[in-house]
Amino acid sequence: MASEAHAHEETLALREQFETASQQKDASTLGMWIFLITEVMFFGGMFLAYTVYRRAYPDIFAIASSSLNVYIGAANTVVLLCSSLTMVLAVRAAQLGQKQMIILFLILTLLLGGVFLGVKAYEWNEKFVEHHIPGTSFHFEGIPAESQGHAQLFFSLYFAMTGLHAFHMIIGAGLLLYLIFEARKGRYTADYNTPVDLIGLYWHFVDVIWIFLFPLLYLIDRHLK
Amino acid sequence: MITAAVTEREHYLNQSYGLKSWLLTKDHKRIGLLYLFTVTLFFFLGGAFATMIRIELLSPTGNFVSSDTYNKLFTMHGVAMIFFFLIPSIPATLGNFFLPMMIGARDLAFPRINLVSWYLLVIGGLFALFAMLAGGVDTGWTFYTPYSTTYSNSWVIATALGIFIAGFSSILTGLNFIVTVHRMRAPGMTWSRMPLFVWSTYATSLIQVLGTPVLAVTIILLFCERVFHIGIFDPALGGDPVLFQHLFWFYSHPAVYIMILPAMGVISEIVSVFSRKAIFGYHFVAYASIAIAVLGFLVWGHHLFVATQSVYAGLVFSFLSYFVAIPSAIKVFNWTATLYKGSISFATPMLYAFGFIGLFTIGGLTGLFLAALGFDVHVTDTYFVVAHFHYIMVGGAIMAYMGGLHYWWPKMTGRMYPEGWAKLSALVVFLGFNLTFFPQFILGYMGMPRRYHVYPDEFQVLHVLSTAGASVLAVGYLMPMIYFVWSLKYGAMAPANPWGASGLEWKTPSPPPLHNFDQMPVVTTEAYDYSSVIGEEIQVG
Repeated sequence: MASEAHAHEETLALREQFETASQQKDASTLGMWIFLITEVMFFGGMFLAYTVYRRAYPDIFAIASSSLNVYIGAANTVVLLCSSLTMVLAVRAAQLGQKQMIILFLILTLLLGGVFLGVKAYEWNEKFVEHHIPGTSFHFEGIPAESQGHAQLFFSLYFAMTGLHAFHMIIGAGLLLYLIFEARKGRYTADYNTPVDLIGLYWHFVDVIWIFLFPLLYLIDRHLK
Repeated sequence: MITAAVTEREHYLNQSYGLKSWLLTKDHKRIGLLYLFTVTLFFFLGGAFATMIRIELLSPTGNFVSSDTYNKLFTMHGVAMIFFFLIPSIPATLGNFFLPMMIGARDLAFPRINLVSWYLLVIGGLFALFAMLAGGVDTGWTFYTPYSTTYSNSWVIATALGIFIAGFSSILTGLNFIVTVHRMRAPGMTWSRMPLFVWSTYATSLIQVLGTPVLAVTIILLFCERVFHIGIFDPALGGDPVLFQHLFWFYSHPAVYIMILPAMGVISEIVSVFSRKAIFGYHFVAYASIAIAVLGFLVWGHHLFVATQSVYAGLVFSFLSYFVAIPSAIKVFNWTATLYKGSISFATPMLYAFGFIGLFTIGGLTGLFLAALGFDVHVTDTYFVVAHFHYIMVGGAIMAYMGGLHYWWPKMTGRMYPEGWAKLSALVVFLGFNLTFFPQFILGYMGMPRRYHVYPDEFQVLHVLSTAGASVLAVGYLMPMIYFVWSLKYGAMAPANPWGASGLEWKTPSPPPLHNFDQMPVVTTEAYDYSSVIGEEIQVG
């Protein structure tokens, strides 16, 4: 019954600490899910701050929110959802071991992610032009002086939350690049494709965060109209 | 010659040599030793700050250091001890070394991530160290806003960044342990056969994974506030400084359980082995760990009883704080019941365990005093609080850490420590600890506030007693440092199972081979089944 405990020849699909490839895949998948839970807690602190201040200053938050461009935000949401689709297709291609298709869909995902970040950069730039950057030159037109600080809180949260999200997108883009290089070497086959699978999970997670950010930041004033 | 055979047997320490073989190792045992080395440095650094604090408090006039320096001393004492010693101490050293062995695994699930988390602790530690050498930080280890964001002129950012980075070390260690416990157990090692140290480390990992990210995001917001003045914690812009306290304690109260839960696991191991009895109520002790981890997340508000929190929130947090005492009490009662009619031997680890049980009980009961709203208002920010949490953290966590180090030292190094000296050190630590911190309960109750270095003359006698105790305590901590190092060369060769323990880590030679076991273990008995050890030959090597 007792098997030899000395490590076997180490491969990508079977590191020396594991007994079987399926044990390794299970462990890696569980690890990624736990990591995503830590990410939920990480973003959770900012969502809490948002909740506290939106409840404290509901009207100013609605007015400040209305200065964001809903159409650009919505279009960007569509771009990000499409990138999730191409990511799923890349995972599917990896499971089938279709090397060319993996690379194609990963590049598409990377491009869509890039478009999202580009649009985000354009939106942030607009805020600079409009003096909606928190700091000494902050000014929001049409609200009394004593509420300027509250409007600034909205934009502080806007930049903190979209900034943290964009940072995760940039990490994701780096991971996609890594996957593309590895896929070109033919690393991912029907038998071993865990990295594609797990980075896919991460990419979807970052998309889901945006699905929460978009209504919370762009659509606050909708119910007031 | 037996000794010749021992010196030639291959094990994890003589498998390879050189700095590179340590700094690039993926072996959980070597990484455990790297952690041991690192946290020991921070322990003595934090101890040096404590020494200066105690010297200052010898006289009521505050003539040894200035007020500013004193503020920095207690801040840096807290930062070094909490973030760079206590939190990584038991999980990252003893846990790293023994968790895989206790469940019969060759290594943790992610050995490379394990090494990365050690490097993160070192990098975070270097940031904190830089801040200390560059001029220090004076906000208190709690970094309360708006002082930390607007007014303090000390190295807040560098220190906070160090804690932020070390936090990821903690998260990755927790993640690694959880996956390892779920996926790497040997055949037959069911959940209800796992040693209680594994249970409590698992519960600790849950807290690390769920709590630490909140501290990380809090530090990011603190950073943004201090650098860009974004207003999140600034009342001038409509922000709320108390929000910082909520976010901070949402991590930092559970962090107390990161320190004490693994300590409880160590005590469960030691108490069982040295009374030669299965632990009384195994499942209660195991589930109590999980209960503490869960309830620990619901009590942070008891740090905010006097911080504008509503009375009703105070009532709920007070009630929940009483509630978390139940699983802790279950453990204390079950250890005591395990001792009852046990065949007790008074080896050094057991002496530390006895110390732990008594001191943790005092620390826990005074915690109940503090959970009571009325009494807490009286002693908020006094030495009563200081004494309380030192009874938990020093009397509890460090006692168990020392007990665990002695218990597992033979396995880690293949050498026995000198028993006589070790027993003496346990006694010195116990006496020194009580002399240091018991007077502080009285000081606090009489109204001595914490974080002040000038105080009324009538408190001097108690302060002098406390400083005398701290000197004794320092001797108690230096002794093991010396004889542990001595034992590496001169200690007697350790047999595979010097204590007659039943855990898997004792079923392999001391020190263990590279992949822990020569034969993949198959578990057929419950944990702490000493009938499986009876008649086992005590073999050298």
